[in-house]
Amino acid sequence: MSRDISMRAEYAFWLLPVLAYFVFGENLALLSQIAITALFVLSLDLILGYAGIISLGHAAFFGLGAYAAGLLAKYGWGDPLLGLAAGALVAATAGFASSFLVLRGSDLTRLMVTLGVSLMLFEAANKLTDFTGGVDGLQGVEMQPLLGLFSFDLYSKTAYWYSLAVLFLLFWLARRLVRSPFGLSLRGIKQNVTRMPALGTPVHRRLVAIYSIGAAYAGVAGALLTQTTQFVSLDVMAFSRSAELLLILVLGGSGNLYGALIGTIVFMAAHHFLADINPQYWQFWLGAALVLVVLFARDGIMGMLRRLVTRGAQ
Amino acid sequence: MQHLKKTIAAATLALAASLTTQAAEPVKIGLVLPMTGPFAAYGKQIEHGVKLYLAVNGDTFGGRKVELIVKDDSPGTAGDVSKRLAQELVVKDKVDILAGFALTPSAFAVAPVATEAKKPMVVMNAATSAVTTKSNYLVRTSMTLPQNAAPIASWAAKNGIKTVFTLVADYGPGYDAEGQFKKTFVAAGGQISGEVRVPVKNPDFAPYLQKIKDTKPDAVFLFLPPGAETIAFMKGYTERGLAAAGIRLIATGDLVDEDILDAIGDPALGLITSFHYSEAHKSPGNKAYTEAYYKAYPKDRPNFMSVGGYDGMHLIAEVLKKTGGNTDADKFIEAAKGMKWISPRGPISIDPATRDIVQNIYIRKVERVGNKLQNVELDHVADFKDPGKQ
Repeated sequence: MSRDISMRAEYAFWLLPVLAYFVFGENLALLSQIAITALFVLSLDLILGYAGIISLGHAAFFGLGAYAAGLLAKYGWGDPLLGLAAGALVAATAGFASSFLVLRGSDLTRLMVTLGVSLMLFEAANKLTDFTGGVDGLQGVEMQPLLGLFSFDLYSKTAYWYSLAVLFLLFWLARRLVRSPFGLSLRGIKQNVTRMPALGTPVHRRLVAIYSIGAAYAGVAGALLTQTTQFVSLDVMAFSRSAELLLILVLGGSGNLYGALIGTIVFMAAHHFLADINPQYWQFWLGAALVLVVLFARDGIMGMLRRLVTRGAQ
Repeated sequence: MQHLKKTIAAATLALAASLTTQAAEPVKIGLVLPMTGPFAAYGKQIEHGVKLYLAVNGDTFGGRKVELIVKDDSPGTAGDVSKRLAQELVVKDKVDILAGFALTPSAFAVAPVATEAKKPMVVMNAATSAVTTKSNYLVRTSMTLPQNAAPIASWAAKNGIKTVFTLVADYGPGYDAEGQFKKTFVAAGGQISGEVRVPVKNPDFAPYLQKIKDTKPDAVFLFLPPGAETIAFMKGYTERGLAAAGIRLIATGDLVDEDILDAIGDPALGLITSFHYSEAHKSPGNKAYTEAYYKAYPKDRPNFMSVGGYDGMHLIAEVLKKTGGNTDADKFIEAAKGMKWISPRGPISIDPATRDIVQNIYIRKVERVGNKLQNVELDHVADFKDPGKQ
């Protein structure tokens, strides 16, 4: 019965973006960036929500993906799908390499190491001005039409369907992943890391794998942002992006894939409307809303929804 | 068909404008500025200038009423955010003109939108030289970094400064300032006795100051992000006796702009800088401007960014007067090219070749005037073009 309800809820949820296309046809630029941010939050959810690896430097992988796709397009390989693959590959490699550093310590050390790695990459991108454009940003990113058919337009129609399709596909993959034995072992590690080796789970290897996958997801999100905006600013690697990411995930509810999506939608929509009403002091209201959420729904919006549904069923 | 429609619409508008001012549709100007976050002060000052222009000169341009739509592109350095907001302004709010742009990444990211949507884009601050090359519909009313760094170098060479030690922050604008200064100063016969790049955030100046003191240059050329770092440097400079040792300090004027001059305080006294605007500029235009500014915003001081916003609006107003309220990008830019007027900062014009600003660059010295620190102008280079594009 409840399985039936959640299935129906899932179908309904994925109909929303299609509806949104017709209802908010003038806001497609914002909607594409919501989809991209949702994918980015999803990538953090995989490593934090499922495997319990806390990170304050996840924007590093986002930025690597963004620069990889940007540089590729700048030097003539402007095919969007190729750029996505490159973004994923570069970020996954960096994620794999840095996972050995990150996984050495416990939570606080991880916080520091992830932050350190992202700051180093940020400074490297800042310094290599000939390569990345430094603070001025990378220019001359020219994208070819998607699949040779759809060019990126001012109304962001292509950008929207493209971002949405990538998000849907990767979400579906992530959903399969977390429900697989691999995903279950990750949850086990999160809940009791000392017990899992006794059950024969190679803890370290599992964590390396999920950290690399999370990095690849972030890289794809970064590549998407580059391709749909045809510009890379140094800000893609900034600490503020990592921090905001964590905020959105907590708001939506971590350890739940839909939490990542709903958190992003609520956060970015609130940001957008509050900033339109009051461009100077909107952050006050956003802050107030976040405090309320943490006070009255500790496990985020998804947790709140779940409690409402259970109460309704009783 | 689309063209025909546009032409008819434009003709109707022009006709309507000539018959009656009430019937014309408002002209919508979309302002993309950082109103929150680390660069909120920039957005605030530019917005002040924009609104002050409308308050002083009326809000009807070429027979059409002006409607402002402000979008916060905080943090101001994220091109994706600025670009998205500009797209929304064009697609959803249907603005006629894009304006604002406090920082270079935001101007770079939005330029293709202006080109694609065929909307005039008025840059009111972003100061990297190459900004105006990114779209043919772009025009700038602020300044460029090389435009301000070159005159101080020529001035130094002419005024008995033979050796200079350069100290700049380790980031893009720092390299630009250092590069232009060295080029001009060496060409004028000067010598660089040492150079150092310091971290952008929280550098410890003690070792650098000691090294400069030992090198004994005639002057130090300084470029740091305006704010806390500048204050720390100036304090150290006085305390370690560099000023007493006769080493002079020269810089570009953004270091001591009116917004932060009071925070630096007395250590700034005697600093010689080159810049395009000073609150203390002596002209009837500036007197009227500063008086109107203080009346509208008694808590802030008018600075170069507010003037950038003010002049941007002036440009739009004059262009629309010329085109009879027509905002078609090609006509707009054609009308803007070569335009000349007297700004609060002095005489300025738009270079017809580059669409960039041509203006006087002043050599100023920080002095106490009444109970306020001011940049008092000593000398100037007239009608100076951006050397970064030559």
